[in-house]
Amino acid sequence: MKPVYFLPAIGFVIVVIYLVKGLELAQERAPSFIPSVLINTPVTNFNLDAISGQQRGLSYSDLIGKVSIVNVFASWCEACKFEHKMLMRIKTNGRIPIYGINWKEKDRSSGPAWLRRYGNPYRLIGDDPNSVGAIAFGVTKAPESFVIDRKGFIRLKRTGPITPEYWENKMLPTIERLINQ
Amino acid sequence: MLVEIGHFALVLALSMSFVQGTLPIIGAHYNKQSWMALARPTALLQLMLILISFVALTIAFLGSDFSLKIVVNNSHTLKPLLYKISGVWGNHEGSMLLWVLILAIYGGAIATWGKNLRPALRARVLSIQGLLGFGFMLFILFTSNPFDRISPAPINGQDLNPLLQDPGLAFHPPLLYLGYVGLSTTFSFAVAALIEGKVDPVWARWVRPWALVAWGFLTSGIVLGSWWAYYELGWGGWWFWDPVENASFMPWLAATALLHSAIVLEKRDTLKSWTVFLAIIAFALSILGTFIVRSGVITSVHAFASDPGRGVFILALLVITIGTAFVLFGWRAPLLKGSNLFQPISREGGLLINNFLLTVASASILLGTLYPLFIDVLELGKISVGAPYFNAVFVPLMTPMILIMGLAPFMTWKRADILVGMSKLKIAGILSILVFIGVWFIKDKATVLASFGIGVSAWLFLATLSELKNRINLFGIPFKESINKLLRQPRGSWGMTLAHSGLAIAVAGMTASSAWKVESIQNMNTGNSINVAGYEFKLEDVRQVRGPNYLATRGIFAVSKHNSNKIIMKPEKRIYAVSQQPTTEAAIEPTLLGDLYIVIGDKNKDGSYITRIYFNPLVPWMWFGAILMVLGSIVSLTDRRYRIGAPSSRKMLRQSTSDPVESINT
Repeated sequence: MKPVYFLPAIGFVIVVIYLVKGLELAQERAPSFIPSVLINTPVTNFNLDAISGQQRGLSYSDLIGKVSIVNVFASWCEACKFEHKMLMRIKTNGRIPIYGINWKEKDRSSGPAWLRRYGNPYRLIGDDPNSVGAIAFGVTKAPESFVIDRKGFIRLKRTGPITPEYWENKMLPTIERLINQ
Repeated sequence: MLVEIGHFALVLALSMSFVQGTLPIIGAHYNKQSWMALARPTALLQLMLILISFVALTIAFLGSDFSLKIVVNNSHTLKPLLYKISGVWGNHEGSMLLWVLILAIYGGAIATWGKNLRPALRARVLSIQGLLGFGFMLFILFTSNPFDRISPAPINGQDLNPLLQDPGLAFHPPLLYLGYVGLSTTFSFAVAALIEGKVDPVWARWVRPWALVAWGFLTSGIVLGSWWAYYELGWGGWWFWDPVENASFMPWLAATALLHSAIVLEKRDTLKSWTVFLAIIAFALSILGTFIVRSGVITSVHAFASDPGRGVFILALLVITIGTAFVLFGWRAPLLKGSNLFQPISREGGLLINNFLLTVASASILLGTLYPLFIDVLELGKISVGAPYFNAVFVPLMTPMILIMGLAPFMTWKRADILVGMSKLKIAGILSILVFIGVWFIKDKATVLASFGIGVSAWLFLATLSELKNRINLFGIPFKESINKLLRQPRGSWGMTLAHSGLAIAVAGMTASSAWKVESIQNMNTGNSINVAGYEFKLEDVRQVRGPNYLATRGIFAVSKHNSNKIIMKPEKRIYAVSQQPTTEAAIEPTLLGDLYIVIGDKNKDGSYITRIYFNPLVPWMWFGAILMVLGSIVSLTDRRYRIGAPSSRKMLRQSTSDPVESINT
């Protein structure tokens, strides 16, 4: 027995311990591995114009005083179409307002046309051609949704479409907890 | 029906691998001939079954069978034929099936060409190969079954990621896997040798061709991936020290070291436990790479469909295979004693130093790749380790390695006179210093470091040529005799000359393209022209073009130098119809001194286009050098020694005391 020959095995064990820990961390963060740096921080002040055909845009003050969902969507985003049905269901349900950010439309008429065609689940919509709103929320891609509490803090972030499972298992419980606080 | 056949064949292959993984190795222990004899037929049957499974999946892709989940997620009826096929491995499940197919191919190859192996060694090697296959097939069937159905079947698929719809990337994964998985053979040989407690030159002779095959494939796989990144990602860069790139580079460094230490073991019957260690570590790094890419532990731009659940399984495989091997190593390696001693200044010494430098380089890349994970686990925050770290560590390690690479072939085995070696390299040395100083003076913006890099590459190139000249005794004997000698050089020596000079040329390319890249970003209207690196680039037209499954904005550039002949270059920006994902297709015009490289970007409000124009110096040298290196491994493989059987003991004796000028064979 010469201990020196066991050095590779020992080094290997150390690396494996870290890999196991790293895997646990990755599991906690699933399904989206990119941590949102803005979780539990207040939304920064923003003010977006209305999209054409609407009276009002969306600004920071609209979000204060009630629990709400902010949803980032665009007509060029295929997954948004998929998500849209779910948003309409949430709207019909009526427990919580959804605010929309219409992100980076190349043509200003395509956002409104999209809503005319599929229906409008949003209480207010802000036009965001220059990513001003998207930066305030730390958006990485569309669709993305945020649950905002009464004080204007981001409490939950969903990257990708809100699926029925996600709504029932994660989003609705969070919203109810915030409403009852 | 076909899908069920494929699925069933995979299950059968799993049971076959279990038989292959157990009976022969037990038979070898108790010396039961009939059990050992099972190794070959089971290996071949396993290969056949996995092949059936793989073909079934490929046919499902070709026929766009959208009742299969994997086909829905990765294919589309409009997709060109080549990408329907490459779609098979352009995703997690299919690529794992390719992985075990290649593992079985290597197993089958050892069974077919390993007739001269000692039966006990062959039985053990094939059993270990079988156990590896068993583990990975379990992984596929339990966590990533490519034959999962979807119901109801959709009308069309979601298409393959457009970035992957590219000829370079169609062949990149198979080549890379042939390299990664090829290292399983040397691993199996190493573990079998540890079980036997015996490592000798015959063993090394058996290991070397497999190491060469794996190294050649790994080299071409990495280069193809790098080439793809270079022209498809549109940044004009070819290496980003991304975790996934590092995952392929670490086993490459280890395999390079293994290749050379196996030479010492074969010729000099020494460095035994070191060679075995390298064989284990090379495959360990391969599996670690698979883990990194597919588990989501480390964030990477390559983002395979990562899933921590799969990560647990691969980690378990890593722990079982590599953990067992390392414990076995700790226990048995002290038994492996070399029979020959050598002085530090000798060919063995030179090879050992370079082995050491390669291993340290590999370890520091491992450290840099896993460092963000360490920090994250220790809750010290989130960081990423980038190019500055890797360049700062890697370059100082590789510089002495390349200097020694030039010198070592001139040193004799056992004990060498360094002055004799140096005196033969006088001209090469003086010339490369002249190159270093020359570049420094002539080239504007030349830093000492970059010029030194070119000098180092010149040194390796000239030293490699001097070694060839010395071997054929050019100018020492009549010219005709030299030519005769040249023609009679063993293929293995040619392999070394090709690979080493290829590396020299590639290093020049890497240095120049990193140091002297010219980049220009601007808005251009049709009719505008701009001067970059002495060339005039004129945007003549922008057209909309329709491809089979995409729409493209294509810029037409006329490029000329001093009003010489115009070259037309056509960069594209494509939008793929199904996924709406844009990709850039850079236009590249290679010249002797560098690549002209154009990327066309988005349209501005005023109708102009953002264009990025690069001059990437000596990039074609890099690809050419890499081709030479791969060629070197192919030529080496055709060496006569590998085609004849295991050497008799008398031949062995002659081998180990052969004359000192005999070359090392790469």
